[in-house]
Amino acid sequence: MTTEKKQAELIREISGVEPLKCMKCGKCSATCPAYNEMDIKPHQFVSYVANENIEALVNSKSLWKCLSCFACIERCPRNVQPGKLIDAARQIVLRQKGGDYLKDEEIPELLDEELPQQLLVSAYRRYKR
Amino acid sequence: MQRIGVFVCHCGSNIAATVDVKKVVEVIRSEPGVVHAEDYQYMCSEAGQERIAIAVKEHKLTGIVVCSCSPRMHETTFRKAAERAGLNPYMVEIANIREHCSWIHKDINEGTEKAVILARAAVAKVNLNTPLYPGESRVTKRALVIGGGIAGIQTALDIADAGYEVDIVEKTPSIGGIMSQLDKTFPTLDCSACILTPKMVDAAAHEKIKLYTYSEVEKVSGFVGDFTVDIRKKARYVDADKCTGCGLCQEKCPSKKTPSEFNRGLGNRSAIYTPFAQAIPNVPVIDTDACIKFKTGKCGLCQKVCAAGAIDYTQKDEIVTEKYGAIVVATGFDTIKLDNYDEYAYNQSKDVITSLELERVMNAAGPTHGHLERLSDGKAPKEIVFIQCVGSRCSDDRGKPYCSKICCMYTAKHAMLIRDKYPDVNVTVFYIDVRTPGKNFDEFYRRAVEQYGVNYVKGQVGKVIPQPNGKLLVQGSDLLDNKQILKEADMVVLATAIEPNKDVRKIATMLTASIDTNNFLTEAHAKLRPVESPTAGIFLSGVCQGPKDIPETVSQAGAAAIKVVGLLAKDKLMTNPCTAHADELLCNGCSTCANVCPYGAISYEDKQVNDHGIRETRRIAVVNNALCQGCGACTVACPSGAMDLQGFSNRQILAEVDAICR
Ligand SMILES: Cc1cc2nc3c(=O)[nH]c(=O)nc-3n(C[C@H](O)[C@H](O)[C@H](O)COP(=O)(O)OP(=O)(O)OC[C@H]3O[C@@H](n4cnc5c(N)ncnc54)[C@H](O)[C@@H]3O)c2cc1C
Ligand code: SF4
Ligand code: SF4
Ligand code: SF4
Ligand code: SF4
Repeated sequence: MTTEKKQAELIREISGVEPLKCMKCGKCSATCPAYNEMDIKPHQFVSYVANENIEALVNSKSLWKCLSCFACIERCPRNVQPGKLIDAARQIVLRQKGGDYLKDEEIPELLDEELPQQLLVSAYRRYKR
Repeated sequence: MQRIGVFVCHCGSNIAATVDVKKVVEVIRSEPGVVHAEDYQYMCSEAGQERIAIAVKEHKLTGIVVCSCSPRMHETTFRKAAERAGLNPYMVEIANIREHCSWIHKDINEGTEKAVILARAAVAKVNLNTPLYPGESRVTKRALVIGGGIAGIQTALDIADAGYEVDIVEKTPSIGGIMSQLDKTFPTLDCSACILTPKMVDAAAHEKIKLYTYSEVEKVSGFVGDFTVDIRKKARYVDADKCTGCGLCQEKCPSKKTPSEFNRGLGNRSAIYTPFAQAIPNVPVIDTDACIKFKTGKCGLCQKVCAAGAIDYTQKDEIVTEKYGAIVVATGFDTIKLDNYDEYAYNQSKDVITSLELERVMNAAGPTHGHLERLSDGKAPKEIVFIQCVGSRCSDDRGKPYCSKICCMYTAKHAMLIRDKYPDVNVTVFYIDVRTPGKNFDEFYRRAVEQYGVNYVKGQVGKVIPQPNGKLLVQGSDLLDNKQILKEADMVVLATAIEPNKDVRKIATMLTASIDTNNFLTEAHAKLRPVESPTAGIFLSGVCQGPKDIPETVSQAGAAAIKVVGLLAKDKLMTNPCTAHADELLCNGCSTCANVCPYGAISYEDKQVNDHGIRETRRIAVVNNALCQGCGACTVACPSGAMDLQGFSNRQILAEVDAICR
């Protein structure tokens, strides 16, 4: 298996998103407040993962421009949740790099049942910049 | 002992490729009762059926097993063949070695083994079969149509033209349905009223058609050919025989603030009203929730001004009981509620409207007298945005998973009509796909783009934000140019998903007709019996069965009518002899069976029984053979094992199971 294929599977697994549910309507991109900052647009997150085009996705500007605002997740008529894909891509990068502002050891202390995992990941990078 | 013949079909290579048919023939010969076995390429062909006839004579067969496709396919074919050869048709059993065997196996050894087992089970059953004889039931030569939209009207006209009596029950004060609310119709752009009104008049004038408007079906009992229906005629408080339809009461009524259903709430109506000028019948009804006389006891103006003396505040609902041979459901549809779609600001802005509301706005008899204007301030719009698929094709829990089918075409219609009448108005359509399969449909859509300059953008709208200056900021995506669009619009029109009329669940329950997860009525067969419900005697017409435009609705309405006529033309109906009956000595009258029977076929009687010399009166289940559909639910529910199904008796089924397990 190529690395990109493996990574695509990993993204699917982490995010729980099935890219094939997408009907390519573009409502996610229509809704995204960070759209203009992005080089790869929210509806393309889905097609990039479907086509196993992961190198480009993890090296995109969008990776760090998505606000994790959940608007695309809320509005998608097919329940695809594109925001979770870019989030999973971020997790992959962070796992690889290891060097995060937020240290792994600090997490258990911060953990709260109600806290979405996505928020933690956002915290990793937001503290970093 | 039976003398059984087994006929194994190749079905070309459908069966023969994965089942060794010769081997099946060879093995089955040694089964008890089997005196003849053969295989043939196509048993259902004329030559195949002839082989059955010859074998019946030659081998003096008393029972037949055909190893072939599903009984749904050809059971009737082979039963008729057996009957022609002088056998009782119920002495035939089908072993399904195609759908249940060859089509699902890849390995020929496995396929053959299973085919033998299925054949053996069928042989075991035939050994216990007895001849069965269908009964007869009568046919009331009158049909009921529920719903008076274009579907119901057309079905009724076609049935009536064939010479049969037909009643239409319509719950609103007038027939006409959604089509009466439309302005112009695709793909020819003729005015909806101009083509609908004559049909409404024809229906009202037809000597074979009776209209029950402002009425609802309250209760249905009986079965195919012999339904009894209670119809509630709601009190109109206006005597239809006296009313001349002059309209003076509506003009003088001081209570004029009720949102008009006909104008989709965009205008008001009086408390005494006819929904629209061409309403049929042209007899008003009083809405007691709005009427001052009903609320306070004062007023009574309409009665004073009515020269015909037609107003009668003491009228009561009336229940009419009628008999029918067939019932057609034509309850149509409505647009979905948009409460879950806040992003489009439908509830925030008067200038965000549904397409059906736009039909009223564009209509000369509508709230703006046909002027295209913003409903907030009456100003002429310069920029209009249409959004397609609002609530359609949504697999989230906000909308409907299906394509509503008509909105691509009516949006092109709206866009074109606006560009034609107001060339200075810019029209943008956001679409996911443009779906135009239909005669002259794609040409119609292309005309909107190429001739009328409608701007089609591939992409969806994410949100509509009302601005302080009264405009609507539309944020959408353009997927082809890969950019996000921000556009200030004066009006936004939502091509809103359609759904079956809310009442349909109630109606379906009364009729024991099935509906799907989207509340559309289910057909008996999606391809081959599209206008019949699986429940005998119930037929489907129009959008209640699935999204349709007018031409499709009218065609389906005609198809439903011919099915009804085919039924009413019969003097007697053959009833299915495979019905349940209770063993009087075993039944203890516990009511379990009646509770599970989906057709209401079981009742209880006090009967004299002689149980091993003890005479006593017992409460015993009695099955109405005309109502029983032979589903078998009661036989498995009965705790005493008293219920048995003819043709599928407990003994027969156990024999099959034994044969399989051997
Ligand atoms: C905005 C819009 C634009 C359209 N434009 C076009 C067009 O240009 N061309 C085209 O071909 N098609 C068009 N259509 C589609 C068209 O409206 C339908 O195909 C047609 O109206 C279907 O007719 P129907 O009789 O099945 O349903 P309906 O018109 O809904 O009629 C059903 C009737 O049954 C009655 N009813 C419901 N429940 C009960 C009950 N329990 N008891 C008694 N009566 C009941 C209702 O009151 C109603 O009168 C458009 C639809 C919409 C929404
Ligand atoms: S992810 Fe959802 S909103 Fe985005 S294009 Fe696919 S279906 Fe549309
Ligand atoms: S979650 Fe990210 S991609 Fe989705 S709308 Fe918000 S910013 Fe855009
Ligand atoms: S009695 Fe009722 S319907 Fe008649 S005029 Fe008065 S308010 Fe209107
Ligand atoms: S007909 Fe067109 S607008 Fe309507 S749901 Fe289907 S694709 Fe969408």
